[in-house]
Amino acid sequence: MDIMKIVGIGIIATMLAVILREEKPEIALQVSIVTGLIIFIFVISKLNSVIEVLKYFASKTNIDLMYFTIILKVIAIAYITEFGAQVCKDAGEGSIASKIEFGGKVLIMIMAIPILAALMDVITKLMV
Amino acid sequence: MDVDLIFKIAAIGIVTAVLSRILYQSGKDEFAVITGIAGTAIVLMMLVGMIAKLFDTVKTMFQL
Repeated sequence: MDIMKIVGIGIIATMLAVILREEKPEIALQVSIVTGLIIFIFVISKLNSVIEVLKYFASKTNIDLMYFTIILKVIAIAYITEFGAQVCKDAGEGSIASKIEFGGKVLIMIMAIPILAALMDVITKLMV
Repeated sequence: MDVDLIFKIAAIGIVTAVLSRILYQSGKDEFAVITGIAGTAIVLMMLVGMIAKLFDTVKTMFQL
């Protein structure tokens, strides 16, 4: 099964990283980054079918497709922000990690502005 | 699932570590430092290709 592949790779890479940690910590960090990348790429390629199904549901229930693409973009930003922040935390750079997370939050907030505007329109229509 | 990349990087790391250890023993400390940096640079070049691949995958997947 796929999960066994992921866990196997993770454990082997952790062993290699531990071997390298006291001699060459920078290369140990790069081993952990590559492992994260491989597992990420493996998982993301499986996400495609889920997105197609969600798009089909969104188009069937005549929701404006713009909202759905915004949600997808927010998920993508969250995915990459979490990846980068985790790598920096592993390397011990907590401050860089928090800056990356802060940047990700701001970008997601910018992405969500149209939805907020639409929400305000609905509310003002109800009030009138 | 190109798993061999992990083993390639680990092999480079181990070789670099052993080389720098040998150079330290034989008294050539500056070469040891240079070998360490060279090993890291080689691994970094392989890594940048993978990171670019990840960002392209995410971009096409989420229409970012």
